[in-house]
Amino acid sequence: MSKIILETRGLTKRYGGVHALEDADFVLHEGEHVAVVGDNGAGKSTFVRQVTAVEQRTAGEILFDGQPVNFAGPLEAREAGIETVFQTLALADDLDVPSNLFLGRELFKFRLGPFSWLDRKAMRERTLEALKTTAVKIPNVDNPIRNMSGGQRQCVSIARTAAFASKLVIMDEPTAALGVQETAQVENIIRGLKDRGVPLILISHNLRQVFDLVDRIVVFRRGRIVASLRRDETDGNDIVSYITGVKGGQDAA
Amino acid sequence: MADATHGLGGLKYDPAKRTRAPEWNVFGALVLIVLIFEILNRLNGGSFLFNTRDNVDAIFNQQRLDIMILQVAIIGIIALGVTQVIIIGGIDLSSGSVVGATAMIVMSFAQTATVNGNPNPKAIFGDWAMDLPVIVPIAVGLACGLFAGLVNGLLVAYTRIPPFIATLGMMVSARGAARWWSNGQPVSFPTESYGSLANGDLLGGMTFGLLSWQGQNPAVVFVILAVLFHLIMTYTLYGKRSYAIGSNEAAARMSGINVDRHKVLVYAIAGMLAAVAAVLLTSKNLTAQAGMGVMYELDAIAMAVIGGVSLAGGRGSIIGTVLGAAIFSVIISGFTSIRLDAYYQEMVKGAIIVGAVVLDQWRQRRRVRG
Ligand SMILES: Nc1ncnc2c1ncn2[C@@H]1O[C@H](COP(=O)(O)OP(=O)(O)OP(=O)(O)O)[C@@H](O)[C@H]1O
Ligand SMILES: [Mg+2]
Repeated sequence: MSKIILETRGLTKRYGGVHALEDADFVLHEGEHVAVVGDNGAGKSTFVRQVTAVEQRTAGEILFDGQPVNFAGPLEAREAGIETVFQTLALADDLDVPSNLFLGRELFKFRLGPFSWLDRKAMRERTLEALKTTAVKIPNVDNPIRNMSGGQRQCVSIARTAAFASKLVIMDEPTAALGVQETAQVENIIRGLKDRGVPLILISHNLRQVFDLVDRIVVFRRGRIVASLRRDETDGNDIVSYITGVKGGQDAA
Repeated sequence: MADATHGLGGLKYDPAKRTRAPEWNVFGALVLIVLIFEILNRLNGGSFLFNTRDNVDAIFNQQRLDIMILQVAIIGIIALGVTQVIIIGGIDLSSGSVVGATAMIVMSFAQTATVNGNPNPKAIFGDWAMDLPVIVPIAVGLACGLFAGLVNGLLVAYTRIPPFIATLGMMVSARGAARWWSNGQPVSFPTESYGSLANGDLLGGMTFGLLSWQGQNPAVVFVILAVLFHLIMTYTLYGKRSYAIGSNEAAARMSGINVDRHKVLVYAIAGMLAAVAAVLLTSKNLTAQAGMGVMYELDAIAMAVIGGVSLAGGRGSIIGTVLGAAIFSVIISGFTSIRLDAYYQEMVKGAIIVGAVVLDQWRQRRRVRG
C-alpha cells in the first residue's frame, strides 16, 4: 500500500447545534484521486473547510504527510502544500488575473515589510504560463476579473490551484457553473494532475464526471461518511442509494 | 495573437482595444466644470481662469489660485488617507476632529517662550514654556495622529463594530479632547521655525510661469505625499492587500492576508495624514483653535468619492482622489467667482456629494447586470 498523504480521524464540526460533520475518518493515498459526493448540506464543504483550516474543527485529528497538523489558517495549509478551489470563489473581483493568482504569495523585487515592491512583470509572465499549461484562455489578464463570466472566473481559480499544486489539491464543485467545453477543460486539468501524481479530493454532484476521473468515491450523508468505494467495485445506482440513504443504514430520523 | 478569440464562449476579442481607466472620466468632468464656470463668468463679463481685473500681466487669477491650492492641499492630504480607508471597505469620520485635537496639542509644543521680549501670554505650559526645536511638535503631532488612527483601526479590526460607528466615536471624542486641552482657548504664537513650515518655501520660491509655489508648502507636501501613496497603492504589497480586502474580505482572509493587522495599519496611516494636515494648518495660520478641521472629514470623503473611489471598497485610486480634490476646489472657488451665496454653496456641495455616491451606485448596478 502506498503512503498516506492525508488522514482524518474522528473529524467533527458543529455550528452551535448543527452537527455539520461527525466523526469523519478519511484516508487519501499518494497519487490517489478521490471524489466526495453527497446531497446538498451533507457536510462536504464543511469537511474541506476543516482540512484547509478555513475553520477550526470541533474535534478530531488531521494527519498530513504522516504528521499530525493543526494549521492556524488557510495560509498555513497552503504553505504545507494543500491547494484548494473553494466552492465560494476566493477571488478578489477588483484585481486582475495575476494579482488573483498570486494573492497572498506575491513575488517581489525587494522586500520591505508591507511596503515590499511587487514584481508585477514576473507575476504576469508566470500567470500567462500557468494559463497556457492549463489551457485556460482569458482575453486580457490585466482586466479586473469582475467583468469576466462565471466560467472564466472559475477557470482563474482552477488555474491558480493547478499552477501551484504540490502535495494535495482539493476542488469543491469546480465545474458547477461551467459549460460543456469548460467542464471538459477542467477535467483535462484534473487528468494532468493525475499524470503528475498529485493527489486530489474532488467534490462533485456529477456522477458521470466522478466515474470518469477518480479512483475512489467517498459518500457523505448527514455529516457522516457512509461509504468509501473503489470505482471498479461500484456503480452509479450503488452510489445513489448511499447518497439517499437507501443503503448505509443509520437513517433512523 | 492578432485575432485572439475570447477563449470561453469563443467570442472575438480585440486585444488592442482596452478599457479606459475610470480616472479619465473624472478628468473629463474636471475640464467640463472648469469650462462651465468660465462660461458663467464670461456671461458676467468676467473670467474664471483668467484675471481680467487689475493685474493685466497675470494669466491665471493668482489669489484665487493660492487660496484654492491651500484648501485642496490641506484637505487633500487628509483625503489621501481617507481614500485608503475607503478602498479597504472602511470609512473614517474622525479625521476632522483628529485635525482639531492634533492642532491644539501640536501648537502647545510649538509655542515660543517670549513674544516681543515678554513671556508668551498664551503659553500653555506657563513658566515651562521654551522654544523647542521644530522637530518636537512635528513628532508630537504625528504621534497624536498615530494614536487616534490606531484606536480607530483596533476598534474596527478587533471588535468588529462597523467603521462608521468606531470612527464616529473618535470624531466626538477627539473634538472633546481639542476643547478640553486649553479649555476652549486658542493656542497661538509659535516659534518662527514652526511658522515657516507652511509659510516658507520648500522649493525656494520656485515658480512655473505665474503659478507660484511661494508660501505654498502645504501644496508641495500634498504633491509629494500623493506621489508617494500613489506608488505605494500601485506597486507595493500594501496596495495589493488594500484592494484585495476591499473587494473580497473573505477571499483576502483565505489567501492568508492578515486582514485585521492590515486594517489597523491603514487606519493608522490615515490618522497620521490627518496629523500632517493639522501641522501644516496650524503653521499656516500661526494659531490653533479647538474648532479647526470641523467637517474636513466630509470634504475629504467627498473628494475621494468625486474622484471615483467606491464606498463599497476595492475600487478607486490616489490619482482619482487628487482629481476629485481638484474638482472639489474648482467647484468651491467657482461658486465664489459667480458670487453664489455661501449658504447656497453648502447646499449645492451636499448635492454634489450625494450625486457622486448615486453615480457610484449606478455604476455598480450596471456592472452587476453586466
Ligand atoms: N457557518 C455555518 N453556520 C451554521 N451552519 C452551517 C455553517 N456552515 C455550514 N452549515 C451547515 O452545515 C451543513 C453542511 O454544509 P456544507 O456546506 O458542508 O454542505 P455541502 O455538503 O457542501 O453542500 P452543497 O452540496 O450544497 O455544497 C448544512 O446544513 C449547513 O447549513
Ligand atoms: Mg458545498
